[in-house]
Amino acid sequence: MGNQQKVFINPHLPQTRVSNWVLFRHDTFATIGLIILLLIFMLALLNPIIAGNPNLQDATAQLIPPSWNEDGTPDHLLGTDMLGRDMFGRILSGASLTIGTSVIVVMLALILGIPLGVFAATSASMVQLLIMRTMDILLAIPSLVLSIIVVAILGPGLMNAGIAVTLVLLPNFVRLTRSYILEELNKPYVTAARLDGASPSRIIFKIISPNVAAPLIIHTTISLSTAIVDIAALGFLGLGAQAPLPEWGSMLSEARTSMYVAPWAVTTPGLAIFITVLSINLVGDGLNTAINSKSRN
Amino acid sequence: MSNCYPYRSTLFLLYLLVVFGCSENNQSSVKDTGLVYCSQGSPETFNPQVGTSGTSFDANARVLFNRLLSIDSATGDILPSLAKQWKKSRDGLIYTLDLRHEVQFHTTQWFKPSRSFNSSDVLFSFERQANKDHFFHQVEGMTYNYFNSTGLADNLLDVSAIDHDTVAFHLKEPDPSFLIYLTMEFSSILSAEYAEHIQKNNIRKEEIDHKPIGTGPFKLKRYQTDAFIRYTAHPDYMDGAEAIENLVFAITPDPSLRYARLISGECDVMAQPLSSHYQLLKNNPELRVQHQAGLNIGYWAFNTLIKPFDNPTVRKALSHAINRETILQTVFNNLGEISNSPLPITMKPYHNDRLAEIKYDPELAKKLLAEAGYGDGFEMDIWAIPIQRPYNPDGHMMAELMQEDLRQIGVKANIVSYNWATFLNKVSQGEHQTALLGWVADTQDAGNFLSNLLSCSAIKSKTNRAFWCNPVFDDLITQAQHTSNMKLKKNLYYSAQEIFREELPWLPIGSGQSIQASHRDVKNLNIRLTGGISFSGVNKEVPSS
Amino acid sequence: MIKLILRQLFFVITTFFGVTLITFYLQTLAPNTGEEQQYSEYIARVFQGDLGVSSSTRTPVSEEFLAHLPASVELVVLASTLALFIGLPLGIVSAINHRKPTDLIINYTSLTAYSMPIFWWGIILIMFFSLNLGVTPVAGRLSFLFDIEPVTGFILIDTFISKEPYHMDAFKDAIHHLTLPVLVLATMPTAIIARMARQTMLETLANDYMLTAQAKGLSKFKIYWVHGLRNALIPFTNMLVLQISTLMTGAMLTEYLFSLPGIGKWILDALEKSDFQSLQGGILITTTLVIFINAIIEMLQTWLNPKRLKRTRIYNG
Repeated sequence: MGNQQKVFINPHLPQTRVSNWVLFRHDTFATIGLIILLLIFMLALLNPIIAGNPNLQDATAQLIPPSWNEDGTPDHLLGTDMLGRDMFGRILSGASLTIGTSVIVVMLALILGIPLGVFAATSASMVQLLIMRTMDILLAIPSLVLSIIVVAILGPGLMNAGIAVTLVLLPNFVRLTRSYILEELNKPYVTAARLDGASPSRIIFKIISPNVAAPLIIHTTISLSTAIVDIAALGFLGLGAQAPLPEWGSMLSEARTSMYVAPWAVTTPGLAIFITVLSINLVGDGLNTAINSKSRN
Repeated sequence: MSNCYPYRSTLFLLYLLVVFGCSENNQSSVKDTGLVYCSQGSPETFNPQVGTSGTSFDANARVLFNRLLSIDSATGDILPSLAKQWKKSRDGLIYTLDLRHEVQFHTTQWFKPSRSFNSSDVLFSFERQANKDHFFHQVEGMTYNYFNSTGLADNLLDVSAIDHDTVAFHLKEPDPSFLIYLTMEFSSILSAEYAEHIQKNNIRKEEIDHKPIGTGPFKLKRYQTDAFIRYTAHPDYMDGAEAIENLVFAITPDPSLRYARLISGECDVMAQPLSSHYQLLKNNPELRVQHQAGLNIGYWAFNTLIKPFDNPTVRKALSHAINRETILQTVFNNLGEISNSPLPITMKPYHNDRLAEIKYDPELAKKLLAEAGYGDGFEMDIWAIPIQRPYNPDGHMMAELMQEDLRQIGVKANIVSYNWATFLNKVSQGEHQTALLGWVADTQDAGNFLSNLLSCSAIKSKTNRAFWCNPVFDDLITQAQHTSNMKLKKNLYYSAQEIFREELPWLPIGSGQSIQASHRDVKNLNIRLTGGISFSGVNKEVPSS
Repeated sequence: MIKLILRQLFFVITTFFGVTLITFYLQTLAPNTGEEQQYSEYIARVFQGDLGVSSSTRTPVSEEFLAHLPASVELVVLASTLALFIGLPLGIVSAINHRKPTDLIINYTSLTAYSMPIFWWGIILIMFFSLNLGVTPVAGRLSFLFDIEPVTGFILIDTFISKEPYHMDAFKDAIHHLTLPVLVLATMPTAIIARMARQTMLETLANDYMLTAQAKGLSKFKIYWVHGLRNALIPFTNMLVLQISTLMTGAMLTEYLFSLPGIGKWILDALEKSDFQSLQGGILITTTLVIFINAIIEMLQTWLNPKRLKRTRIYNG
């Protein structure tokens, strides 16, 4: 971009988004991550068509190993669990549950957090203090402990686990939005725009937002992987999704009892979580490198 | 930067050496005289007089205490224990027992007895339960369940000491089962001197149960809540000191962890493996698996005080929806028997095998449900037992199977569970809609079995999980208990079971086998017909080096 | 300076009271509290150290907490030391070799480690090392047959100072038992520390004064390890603060997985037993500890480097 510092024009032109993408594409790992992610999302969406009923129990088909094992069958691609339910179908349904819930949770945290952050950045110091103190209190409580509190009050279940994780993610969205906005507000181009006569809302929504958007997108990505792991963790502890929901975390917990006879029942859901989180992190990493390497110039 | 590496790798090598290096000498002697049992749950209390849970009895009655008499569970013969001899008066109202001499109580960090066992200890043990004003009667919110359910609460007139070594029990009415009651866990003998010591020194009276003193083969050394119980052999035990010096109960509610601990050698014995582990255990040459047809019943109780379970048609509908064959296969690994009666099949001759089978018939179930006005189905809870018992090796799995069966007839079931003590507590209060539970028989006595579970008085003693009360049923059982005419007894019990079959306050699932697994070097460990586990007489074979 | 301490104190106090509001509410959920408690009574009792009595063990909550604390502290201290010991050098090495194969390997390995759900990672390691190879025990802190007096609560110290004849065997056994849990817990912090170290080191290296140092002709060693590291440490320790929450969550899951008698397992057991007294007591103390530690670190940092910039980027990449 060089040293062009035009006072009256927003230095971050729309072209920025194009070059972001180009940088991203050159990062092989990040692209791989993105592809895997898209694949997972597609599978999760197509799930009702490909897989059968994930809750169909079959006492004659207990604990069958995956199809590549000599005792496996092509009917059950990834084998069955102790109640004879098809693992492949369960993993796919679990995708919509685990990932779907996480996406909703992150969206909620975004929708609630960003406006709150904007509000906090632009309001009177008393109001700001109140909001930020509340957020700090929520942040001070370790994430799992906060989830335990919510579950203790509301009871176990996937929805309550979702509420818990939303509460965990919310404060950071608020804090980050607020601090990014405040940081940008001090920059010369904003002062220039203000001198130009731009209204406060125009400053925030048109002028600052592209700069704030980038790091927020990165944070959303990390939040998504955090949400997936946290929801699965709650499912694993028995505080989240309850039987017979094929949520990956609770599948892992159920599979522990048959771990010795059927290691695949334990490795598969875990692997699913791992691959999903890894792809998200690869994408987030790529985004971060792309954006940061530009700002370093 | 290469400066770091040599330093770090030396440290790592040192670590490996420390941890995996040799010198197992000291440890092996500890292993030879020590035994670790992976138990399923924490005991509710160390007081054997309260509660009904087998896991508690394993940890208190069978380890720390003795009773006046004991019973051969196979033959039903009464054997001497703390009492040498006994006689019954002609009218059956007075039982006189001669006590054994030179029996010593435990000496521990918190108490040293100054005398041996005598009649005052027997008096104390029973008066504490009978007398509501007794200083030690209140036990932290628990009740003397068996003292009540056996009828002794009403029937025991008096316990008196004829002399130092002789006691007499006076009953209001004759009860042919009285001697059997004296063999049961709640009749364990506590130390009167210890009670006096606590009272005199103003010690918190709960200590009598937190830091128990008995005459049993082992004494308590230390209990870490929910983690482990440490016992040491009682050197002056009346039948001779045990070969096992240190007995540890490693409390492991997670069945996979129990299995893992057994095969890795961290535990020497474990009980109630999951059905999926059974084959693995059997095929393992280092382990020995014992199993025994159990005198137990697992059931699905309907809380008949709550709608819609107060309606027999609804109960019948739900019962016909469940596929018990699948449960037998999946949960019990086919090691068990389905029963249509509340009595286990093994309880002969009283088990009524002429009862109509409760067939698996989802169509019939839907029809009955519609008849009762619930054609659109409804939502309900299944409370699943959280620990593994012979009558239910995997409550969660059983509940999941049933959940699916119920879904087929349009009923949505949620699975509810808590940790064992909380679970029992809540179910006793009647907080459940339906519950998966069971009962292990204490004796071959059908009357005792049925009255503990389904009689009106059992509601008060909190063991009737269906809260079902049918006076005709009660009457038949009482008559059967009081007659000595075997044919009449059998017919009376048969009729009682017919009534049950009509009303179905529960769906009986079946009885499972008691299964325990141990390392081959553990010797003389028996498997009890009436469930539970006892380590008296057990020893470890020292490998010849 | 005084202003700084006061400011931190204000934060700590308001956060603490905020948390007590939550724990107070939790406590009212307990089924039979008898007398209706007032918030003011609750606070008064808390300041006297009375957190109520556990409904399952009938012992005071504060006693239970102190009994379970050492196991957690031991685990966390060992794991974070290991993470620092391995992660920091790895991150720096990675930054120095930026864009070379070493950097790529370290960077993506740590990304992978960072993406592992800790509970699954623990299960995999148990399956492999304990069950398959049989070299580590499955769970717990010590083999059950060793009867060690719980003097400090730290198993490594207690076995070491124990008077039992087998105490050295017990000590080795304790290390044996702690190996897998510490490894499992240390994985994510190691990855995070490596990445944070790499990022801050990269940014420091790109700074002008590094070019100056190079121009001055200082040796490579001096540039990287003396100037670079020293300046990288400041924003680095700032990021460290945020990891306490992650460590705590990880510790709870590790304790659950390996049946270690620490605070995490205690809180989870309390939840399962509906023991609201223990639950609220445990949550209150744990959170208070975290707040204190954060506050102290914040104060230390600002004191050490009064001119530190507020870092707004939290992502470690």
